[in-house]
Amino acid sequence: MLALLVRRVIGLVLTLLAAAVVVFVVMEVLPGDPAAVMLGVQATPETLAALRTELGLDRPAPVRFATWIIDLLQGDLGISYTYRVPVAGLIAERLTITVPLALLSIALSTAIALPLGILAAARHDRPADAGIMVFSQIGVAVPNFWFALLLVLLFSVTLGWLPSGGFPGWQAGIGAAFAALALPAISLALPQAAILARVTRSAVLDALGEDYVRTARAKGLTRAATLRRHVLRNALIPVVTIMGLQFSFLLAGAIIIENVFYLPGLGRLVFQAIAQRDLIVVRDIVLLLAAMVIFINFAVDVLYTLIDPRLRGQRT
Amino acid sequence: MSRLARAVLLTLLVIWPFAAHAQKDSVTIGQTLEPPTLDPTTGAAQAIREVTYLNIYEGLLRIDRDGKLQPLLAESWTVSPDNLTYTFRLRRGVKFHDGSDFDAADVKFTFERAMAPDSTNAQKWIFAPIARIETPDRYTVVITLKEPTGNFLYGLAWGDAVIFAPETVAENRTKPIGTGPYRFERWVRGDRVELVRNDAYWARIPAISRATFRFISDPQAQVAAIRAGDVDALSNLAAQEAADQLKNDANLKVVVGNTEGETILAINNAKPPFNDVRVRRAIAHAIDRMAVIDGAVSGYGTPIGTHFSPNHPAYVDLTGTYPYDPARARALLAEAGHPNGFNATLRLPPPPYARRSGEIIAAQLAQVGIKVSIEPIEFAQWLDQVFRNKNYDLTIIAHTEPLDIGIYARDDYYFQYRNPAFNALMAKIGTTMDEAERNRLYGEAQRMLTTDAVNVFLFQLPKIGVWNVNLTGMWENWPLPANPIAELSWKR
Repeated sequence: MLALLVRRVIGLVLTLLAAAVVVFVVMEVLPGDPAAVMLGVQATPETLAALRTELGLDRPAPVRFATWIIDLLQGDLGISYTYRVPVAGLIAERLTITVPLALLSIALSTAIALPLGILAAARHDRPADAGIMVFSQIGVAVPNFWFALLLVLLFSVTLGWLPSGGFPGWQAGIGAAFAALALPAISLALPQAAILARVTRSAVLDALGEDYVRTARAKGLTRAATLRRHVLRNALIPVVTIMGLQFSFLLAGAIIIENVFYLPGLGRLVFQAIAQRDLIVVRDIVLLLAAMVIFINFAVDVLYTLIDPRLRGQRT
Repeated sequence: MSRLARAVLLTLLVIWPFAAHAQKDSVTIGQTLEPPTLDPTTGAAQAIREVTYLNIYEGLLRIDRDGKLQPLLAESWTVSPDNLTYTFRLRRGVKFHDGSDFDAADVKFTFERAMAPDSTNAQKWIFAPIARIETPDRYTVVITLKEPTGNFLYGLAWGDAVIFAPETVAENRTKPIGTGPYRFERWVRGDRVELVRNDAYWARIPAISRATFRFISDPQAQVAAIRAGDVDALSNLAAQEAADQLKNDANLKVVVGNTEGETILAINNAKPPFNDVRVRRAIAHAIDRMAVIDGAVSGYGTPIGTHFSPNHPAYVDLTGTYPYDPARARALLAEAGHPNGFNATLRLPPPPYARRSGEIIAAQLAQVGIKVSIEPIEFAQWLDQVFRNKNYDLTIIAHTEPLDIGIYARDDYYFQYRNPAFNALMAKIGTTMDEAERNRLYGEAQRMLTTDAVNVFLFQLPKIGVWNVNLTGMWENWPLPANPIAELSWKR
C-alpha cells in the first residue's frame, strides 16, 4: 500500500509537470493577446503597452513560466488577468458548485443505474430486461443539453416549481441551493445512468456465467442469495471503473450543462477564460483538473483492492 | 421521502409567500456577458457599462435615452469664446457611497489619472485634448484644451469618464464606489451582481430598491429564464430569432431598438485586388443587404449605407448607392481585370450575426465569381490577426462605439483606408463648434466613405429588449450601453 502511494505521488508530480508545460506552450502559441482583448478596438498602442506591463506580459515566456511554477509551489495561483482577483479565490468559488453538482449527479446516476442494471441481468431476456435496455438506449442517445431544455420547459416555465437556472449561493440556504442544482444534476445524471446501467447489466451477466456461480447454485443457494453473495462483488470492478471515468467527466465536462443553467461552475470559468485569453486562469484550472483526474484514478485503484482481496497481493 | 424531494418541497414553502406578493420593488435584469471587473477604466468590455453606468457611477454629464447630453454632476458649464476653456459648476451636496464628499478635487484626480502615461483607460481619446485642469474653488473645475474639440463634452458623458474618489479608486474593480443612485452590494462571480438603492442619493430617490444583474449567455437559457419569471427583463437578447418565440407571451413585451453598432463587411483596402475601388464597388453591388439582414438577424437590423448611426441627426441615408445588381458587379470586376473573379478569405469572429452574415455573403459573392473561403476565428484571434496585423481580405464585425467615423482617418487602422481629404475633413469636424455646420461636415464624410466603397456597410445592430409588461422605463435604444435602474418602476 505504501509503495503504491509513493509510486502514485511520483506519477502525479510528473504528470502535472507535463500538463503544465503542455498547457503553457499551447496558450503561448495560440494567437491572441489578453491585453488587446481587454481594451478593445479603440485603445491606443501606449495604453496597450501600459496594460501589458501591468499584467507582466512584457517579460519573456520562460521567465513567465518559471514565475508561474515557483508561485504555484508556494501555493500562489496568481491573479486573473480579466477579473483582477486571485485565481485561488475564483476557483474555490466555482468548486463549491461544480463538486456538489458532480457528487449529486454521480449519486443520482448510481442510485438509478445499479438497481436497474442488476434487475435487467437477473431478468435476462424477459420484458423487464428489454424495457430497461430501451430506456438506457434512449438515455445514451439523447444529448444532455436537449434533455435539460425539456426539463426547464416542464419544471420551470410550465409548472414554475424550480428555477430555470442560476445559483443563489449556499448562504441562501441548503434548500434553495439544492433546488438550483436539481435540474442540472438530473440532466447530467440520466445519460450517465443509462451507460452505467448497461455496464452493470453486462458485468452481472458475465459473473452469472462463471463456474463459481454454478457451484454456488449446485450447493443449494437460492438465485437471490447467489446474486448477493457471489455475483455482485465480482461484477463491481468494471462498474467502479466506469464510475471513476464518469466522475472525471462530470468535473471537467459539465460546460454545456453549466451554460444551459447559467451555473457559475468551473467549466464555465475555463470556457470564458479561454475566450478572453485569461491565460493564468486557464493554466491553473487545467492543472487542477489534471490533478483531480489523477486523484480519482488513484481512489478507484484503492477501491479495487477493497472490493477484490485478490488484487491486494499484486499491488503491494 | 428522498432528500431531494424534501429539499424541493422546502424551497417551495420558502418561495411561496414571496411569489404571492405581486407588488414588488426589486428588479432582475438578464444580460449576456458578465463584466470582467466593475471598474470601467480597466477595459473596454461593454458589460461593465451595462451594469455600472448611471447606476453606480456618474460623470459630469450624461447621455439620456434619446442620446442627448444632459448635466449630471456638473450643474452647468460655460465655454470661452475661443472654445478652449470649459468652466464646470459642480453640484453641491453630492456624496460618494462611502460617505465622503464629491468635489472639484475628485474631478481633477479622475481626469488626470485617465490621461496619465500608465493609464489603461480604453477611451483615452476623450481626455487627449486636455491641456490642464484647475480647481479655483471646491465646486468649480476649469479645463483648458490644447485645441478646440467639437466632441469634448460628448466624450465626458461616456461611461469611461465617470468620477471616482481617490481614496477608493483602487478597489473599484471589485468594490465599486461612485456617486450614483445605487450602491454595490454583492458580486457572485459567474452568476450575478446585486445593487441596492442609495438612500442618501443627491437627486430624487428612485422607485426600485434592489437590482440584480444576472449573466446568462446561452440564448435558450435566456428565453427560459424570462418565461419562467426568473428575470424581469433581458436588456438585449443574445439571439434575435428568439424574439419571435417571446412575442406570443402575453406577460412579456418585446421591443426592437437600435444600438450604435454598425455591422460592416470590412475590406483590406491596401491589399490587391481590394485596393481597386472598382473591385470594392463590385462587392457592394454583389451583396443583397436585405437578404443578409433577414438571414443573420431575423430581419431586425436597420440597413445602413455608410459608417454612421441612423439615430444621429447627421445621418445620411446612402443605402441606395450600390443597389443589389450582380450583373453590374460582374461588369465592374471585368473592368478591373477580373472577368473570372478571384479567391478571397473571409475571417469571421464568434458573434452569431457575424457568422451568419458571413455564410450569406459568401454565397452572394460566389454568384459574381468571387470564391470566398470562410475562416471562423475566436475574438482574441480576430484582434491579433485582423485588427492588429491586418492579415485578412474580408471580415465582418460590428463597430459598437458611438460616433466612431473617425477611425477611417487613422491610417494604421485595419481597413488600411488612406484618404488625405477624409483626414482633413475629420480634423475640421474636430475643431468645428457649430453643431449645424458639424453635422453638414459629417454628412460630407459619410458620402466620401460610401463613394470610396471603403467597406460594405450592412446594418445597424439591433437591441432586442424583452421585459415584463408591468415594468416601465427600460431603454429601448442604446445610444450608449446602459440600464439605468433609477428610471425603472413597476406599474401599480
